[in-house]
Amino acid sequence: MTKVSFGIQLFLVLSWLFISSVSVFAVEVDEVLNDITLEQRAREISKNLRCLVCRNESIDESNAELAKDLRLLVRERLVLGETNKEITDYVVSRYGEYVLLKPAFNWFNLFLWFCGPIMLLFGLSIAFLSFKNKTQISENSLSESEERRINEILKD
Amino acid sequence: MITELGHLALILAFSLSIVQLIVPMVGIKFKWSNLIRLSGPLASFQFLFTLVSFGALMNAFITSDFSVKLVVKNSHSLKPMLYKISGTWGNHEGSMLLWVLILTFFGFLVASFGNNLRSEFKARVLSVQSAIGGCFYAFILFTSNPFERYSIAPLNGEDLNPLLQDPGLAFHPPFLYMGYVGLSMSFSFAIAALIEGRVDAIWARWVRPWTLLAWTFLTIGIAMGSWWAYYELGWGGWWFWDPVENASFMPWLVSGALLHSAIVLEKREILKSWTILLAILAFSFSLVGTFIVRSGIITSVHAFATDPTRGVFILIILFFATGGGLTLFAFRFGNFFSKNTFSLVSRESALILNNLLLVVSAFVVFIGTLWPLFADLFLDKKLSVGAPFFDIAFTPFFIVIAIVLPVGASLAWKRGNLGRTVIALWPALILGISLGSIVWVMQTGGRMLAPVGVSLATWLICGAIGDLWSRVRGNTLIIKIRRLLRLHRSDFGKFLAHSGLGITIFGIAAITAWEVEDIRIVDAGDNFDVGSYNFLFKGVTNGSEKNYLVTRGEFLVKNNDKIIGTMLPEKRFYPIARMWTTEASIDQGITRDLYLVIGEEQDGGGWSVRTYVKPFANWIWAGALLMAMGGLLSISDRRLRFSVGTPRRSKVLTND
Repeated sequence: MTKVSFGIQLFLVLSWLFISSVSVFAVEVDEVLNDITLEQRAREISKNLRCLVCRNESIDESNAELAKDLRLLVRERLVLGETNKEITDYVVSRYGEYVLLKPAFNWFNLFLWFCGPIMLLFGLSIAFLSFKNKTQISENSLSESEERRINEILKD
Repeated sequence: MITELGHLALILAFSLSIVQLIVPMVGIKFKWSNLIRLSGPLASFQFLFTLVSFGALMNAFITSDFSVKLVVKNSHSLKPMLYKISGTWGNHEGSMLLWVLILTFFGFLVASFGNNLRSEFKARVLSVQSAIGGCFYAFILFTSNPFERYSIAPLNGEDLNPLLQDPGLAFHPPFLYMGYVGLSMSFSFAIAALIEGRVDAIWARWVRPWTLLAWTFLTIGIAMGSWWAYYELGWGGWWFWDPVENASFMPWLVSGALLHSAIVLEKREILKSWTILLAILAFSFSLVGTFIVRSGIITSVHAFATDPTRGVFILIILFFATGGGLTLFAFRFGNFFSKNTFSLVSRESALILNNLLLVVSAFVVFIGTLWPLFADLFLDKKLSVGAPFFDIAFTPFFIVIAIVLPVGASLAWKRGNLGRTVIALWPALILGISLGSIVWVMQTGGRMLAPVGVSLATWLICGAIGDLWSRVRGNTLIIKIRRLLRLHRSDFGKFLAHSGLGITIFGIAAITAWEVEDIRIVDAGDNFDVGSYNFLFKGVTNGSEKNYLVTRGEFLVKNNDKIIGTMLPEKRFYPIARMWTTEASIDQGITRDLYLVIGEEQDGGGWSVRTYVKPFANWIWAGALLMAMGGLLSISDRRLRFSVGTPRRSKVLTND
C-alpha cells in the first residue's frame, strides 16, 4: 500500500461524500420490459438510434439522461403495439435523420450504400481489361549488368 | 534548461530536414557525390536531435516540471510513474513529437543499413522522407509546440483522464504510430522510384519489410485499442466503428493490400504501377487518419471551426503528399509496363482480387466515415453513419476475402492448377462446411452469423494448414515433418497470419451471436444464474487508493457447483479529474469470458449488476496476435534482411 499524506486522504474522503454518484449503466433494470420478445425488439431498435448528446454511441450503449428517455419512449411505444418501423419513424420525425445510425436508404444516400459494389465492379473490369491487353510487351527497362546484379542479390 | 535544449534540438532537426530535402537532390542533379553522401549523416543527426528533443520532454514529465504547459495539462504529481512517462505521448503535442521521432528513426535505419541500395536512390528516399519530416516539424513548431512554458508555474498538474490511465492505452499510440510512420517509408520509396522512373524487384524487397512492419504494428495497435475498450468501457464492446478507430483501420486494410502486391512485384515483376499507387494510397490513409484524429473534425465540426490551424495544416500536408504523389504517378505511369504474363487461374490473379477487395473495403470505411461531413458541408444535412451501416456494408467484402484466401494462397504462380489446389484443400472445405452446418442445426433459430463465421474460420485455418502441408513432399511422415521445419520463415509467417485471421473471424462471430446478457438488482447474499454460471453476491466494500476512491463488489462464481473464483468489479471515483469510472471484473477463459459490472446502489436497497457471458471473446485478440506474429516472422525471414547482398560482395573482393 502506498503512503498517502493525511491531507490527501481527507480530501479524497470529503469528495467521496460530496459528489453524487452518476449512472454507469446504459439499459437499467427498471427499464427492462417483462415480455422477452418485446425487450429484444427494444434492444434492436435502440442499437440503431443515436444518442444525440454522445459521441458515436447508440442509445443502447449510452448512459446519458437523454438516451434513457429515448429508451423509455421506444419501450412505451412497443407496449402500445407499434411496429419497429413506426417507432423509428416517430423518433426520426422528432429528432431528424441525425438520430439514425444506419442512414436511410434514400436517393441521397444511394452512393453511400452502393459505393462498395460499384467500386468493386469498376476495379474488376479494369483488372480484366488490362489482363486481356497484356499481349503488348514492353522491353525491359533494366540494363544487362543491372539484371545480373539483381539476380545475384535475390539469389538464395 | 533541459526543456529549452529540447526545443532547440527540435528546431535544429527541422533545419536539418530542410537541408536534407535540398542538398542531396542537388548533388544527384549535378552528380556531386560528396553532397549525395551527406544524406546518411544528415538522417542520423536528424534522428539524434529528435531523440534529444523527445528525451527532454519526457524528462519534464518524469520530474513533473509544471512550468511546462503540456505537463500541467496532462500530468499530476500523484500519478503513477508509468503514466507520467506515457503522458509524454498521451497528448496531441507529445504524440506528434513521437511521430517524427519514429519517422527519423526509420530514416536512420535506411541510412545505416541500406547498403544494397544505389546511393542516389537511397539519397532520394531519404530526401522524400525528410520532406514529410519537415512538414511535421513545422506542424509541431508552429501549431503545437510541446515546450511552451508558463511564466508562473502552477502548484500541480491537471491530471490525465483516469480512463486513459491504463497500460493497454499507454502503449497503444506508439504501436499505431510505428504503423503509420512505417507506411511513410513505403511512400518515400514509391516517390523516389517515381522520380527515377523505374521499379525493380529490389525495390519491392525493400518496400515489403517496411510495409510488413507497418502492418504488424497497426495490427498490434488496433488490437490493443480494441482490448482496452473491451475491459475499460464497462460493457465489453470491442469495436465501435468510431472515426478514430476507422482512422487506424483504413491504413491497416490498404497496407494489407500493399504487402501482398509487393510480394507479386518481387516474385514476378508485375503490378509495378499498382504497387506504387498502393504505397501512395496507404500513406495517404495514414495522413487522413492523423487528420481525423488530430483535427477532431468528425466528432465535432465546431471544434474544428474554432481552432482550424492544426486541421488545415495536416490537410495541406495531405494535399501535397497525396496530390503530389498521384500527379507524379500520372506522369510516370507509362514507365512501368512489365513483360511477364500470367494465366487467369494463378496466384497473381488471386492476389489482385485480394487487393481489390481490401482496397474497396477500405474505401467503404472511408466514405462511411466522411459521409456525415460531406452531407453537412455540401447539403446542410445532418446525418449519422454508425456501426449498423458498417456491419452491413463492410462485412460482405471480408466474407469474400475469407472465401477466396485459402484458394489463392495455395495456387501456383504464373499458371495455377485448380485441380491440384482443390486436392490440397478439400479436407478444409468439407470440415468447414460440416462444422458450420452442425452449428446451424444446433442453434435454435437466430442469425446466420455464427454458422457462417464458424465455416469461414475453419476453412481459413485448415486451409492454411493444408497449404503448408502440401508444400512439403516426402513419402513418410518423418521426412515430411523434417522438411516442414526447413520451410522459409515467411511461409510460417503466412500460415500464422492467415490462420490468425480465421481465429479472429471465429471470435467475432461467436461473441456477436452467442453473448448472454443479464441486468438485475441484487442484495448482499443473493444468488443468480446467468447461462450455466451461478453468482453469489457477498456485498460491497469501500476504500481509497493513491489517486482514487473505490467501491468494490464481491461475487462468488460457480459453474455446476464447482467454484470458479471470486470476482471483484469496481466503481472508482477520481477526485482530481472529478470522474467516475467502472472497472469490470473479467474472468478470462479460452471458451468464454465472464464479465461483471457493478452499478448503482438502489434507493430500495441492493445494487444493480450487469453480467455477461462472452463466448470465445479472447479469440478476437488472440487471432490478431497471431497475425502480428506472422508479420514479425516474415520480416525476420533471412531473405528479407535489409543488408542482404552486401556481405556476399565483400566476399568476392577478398577472393580476388
